[in-house]
Amino acid sequence: MKTIRYLEVEGRSMGYYALLGILGLIVAAGGISALYMEHSGHWVTGMTNQIVWGMPHVFAVFLIVAASGALNVASISSVFNKKAYKPLAPLSAILSICLLLGGLTVLVLDLGQPDRLVVAMTIYNFKSIFAWNMILYNGFIAIVAVYIWFMLERKMNVYSKYAGFTAFFWRLILTTGTGSIFGFLVARQAYDAAIMAPMFIIMSFAYGLAIFILVMMAAYNWSGRELGDATVNRMKNLLGVFVAAVLYFMAAYHLTNLYASENHGVEAFILKDGGIYTQLFWYGTILVGGIIPLLLVYVPACAKSRSSIALASILVILGGLATMYVIIIGGQAYPIEMFPGKIVESTFFDGGVKSYTPTLAETLLGVGGFALALIMVAVAVKVLRFLPATMADAAVDPHYKAEEASK
Amino acid sequence: MKQDTDMNRRQFLGKAAATAGLAIAPGVMLYEAQARPADQAATSKQRWGMLINTAKCEAGCDDCVTACKTENGWGSTETKSSPEQQAQWIRKVKLTDKQTGHVQSLPLMCQHCEKPPCVDVCPTGASMKRDDGIVLVDKHICIGCRYCMMACPYKARSFIHEPLENQKPHAPRGIGTVESCTMCVHRVDKDGTPACVESCNDKGHKAMYFGNLNDPGSEISLQLKKFGGEQIRADLGLNTGVRYQGL
Repeated sequence: MKTIRYLEVEGRSMGYYALLGILGLIVAAGGISALYMEHSGHWVTGMTNQIVWGMPHVFAVFLIVAASGALNVASISSVFNKKAYKPLAPLSAILSICLLLGGLTVLVLDLGQPDRLVVAMTIYNFKSIFAWNMILYNGFIAIVAVYIWFMLERKMNVYSKYAGFTAFFWRLILTTGTGSIFGFLVARQAYDAAIMAPMFIIMSFAYGLAIFILVMMAAYNWSGRELGDATVNRMKNLLGVFVAAVLYFMAAYHLTNLYASENHGVEAFILKDGGIYTQLFWYGTILVGGIIPLLLVYVPACAKSRSSIALASILVILGGLATMYVIIIGGQAYPIEMFPGKIVESTFFDGGVKSYTPTLAETLLGVGGFALALIMVAVAVKVLRFLPATMADAAVDPHYKAEEASK
Repeated sequence: MKQDTDMNRRQFLGKAAATAGLAIAPGVMLYEAQARPADQAATSKQRWGMLINTAKCEAGCDDCVTACKTENGWGSTETKSSPEQQAQWIRKVKLTDKQTGHVQSLPLMCQHCEKPPCVDVCPTGASMKRDDGIVLVDKHICIGCRYCMMACPYKARSFIHEPLENQKPHAPRGIGTVESCTMCVHRVDKDGTPACVESCNDKGHKAMYFGNLNDPGSEISLQLKKFGGEQIRADLGLNTGVRYQGL
């Protein structure tokens, strides 16, 4: 394989500035929403004392989970030594940092007292998985930043493998920590399950890779560089495996719950009677985020088409957001089982299914975090040499044979 | 000359203060002798708890809730928040048995667990349990993440969704922080009884007891020993400080 030459994107075209402009507007809208929420208090949101985590958390957790998965490409090249993935490892690493920063920004701006972030950074209760996550998230950014430095600085290249290993293990622990936010909640029927941690890891693989594929395609398309089929096909096949694995974990999670009669209530709520949550589960998680992308990447008629691969990636992202909505909001909407076998009524809405109507402000805050992550990537690839000058098969595919290409 | 004047004023003030002190001393002394001094930490010699007799708790009565609102200044302070967003430190819950139709009524508030999930999950330690078993939120380091609300099996905690005014000095509350029943810690530290229990007894319902669970001779301990007392969600193993009879 030839030496890979990395080049910044030129970033002077109208298209590039239009991209920055659109993303910038969304980020600004998210920022204004956050200011409005902080200034007025959370009464201007749809969040209540019944549904305490809302739309910002759906986006924040999705982005944090996807961040870990965006590192897939780098991990596969450094940990599993697959040369085909190596050229794109720097992009994979910077994308993961940006997604994490986007998610954390949303999470922090939704706090009741975001100005006390310094408290959260300095006082730790080590029994809290949240406190561990502060360390895991900050550590992830630091480790991946060092990893990027080792990859981009020729003198440090020899160490990049070790940094890659560290980042790989760290990201597994990080997503375990994120999944455990829900796994460790004994109070609510929908959570309190050990499978949450591994399920979040496999979700991260799928969501992160989907975002990576889209960013990679956009970067190469819009900068007029060549992106070979070998790279794209390898990634879409991998995406299919991850999507199938998410479906498997979903099945295992719900089937295990269905076996115990104490969980029949919450399972009936999510799978059958939960209105929006049931629809989001079947149409969002299973159909849009699972079955359709699988068909798009594996059915021979469309599997090689770039459009269907891009569409599959978009659907995986939409399905992922739906999954987060069902887990986070649906899990709270179902009443806490305080008195089994009794009908519970009170002035504090005990017993009933809780309603949640997200407002524009909290939704814009979440979407703004997504846009923030993407704008940081767009700027990063212009400022530093993250992208190989070409991803043509001849240049990067270790299995490429000239005679095959000429056939 | 000026010095003399000052001396006289000082002497006068001193004598006046001493006289005033003598006048109120008996009451103060009696009070202070029982209460824990402010510079001493709460100890595990006490485990403050409550016992609620559901048989005596009437369905339409919410005297305990009203007393808590008055004492701690919640209930009518949040004008912008929706009913779902307004804080509730204590609420009356109606239970109807699905099988038998048997109806019960009981007050529900922070259960002051020995192993509180809210304290476990709090990233900053703002959710904390005192040595005497009272679970509180330190409003100064609460960042408003609401993880404790996700973790509480009793839905005992509330988040403040709007700016508040005219708070009670002994019950500080603030926008963007989480709060819940404090077991009237300001009263307990002065050897008092929580407002809900006091009200329930003053009105003659006598459905609530308050006392030291670690003292085998206390009324609450004797009641518990004789008649028993159940925990809500005992399966979680939290060893709650609030117990119920007839659950």
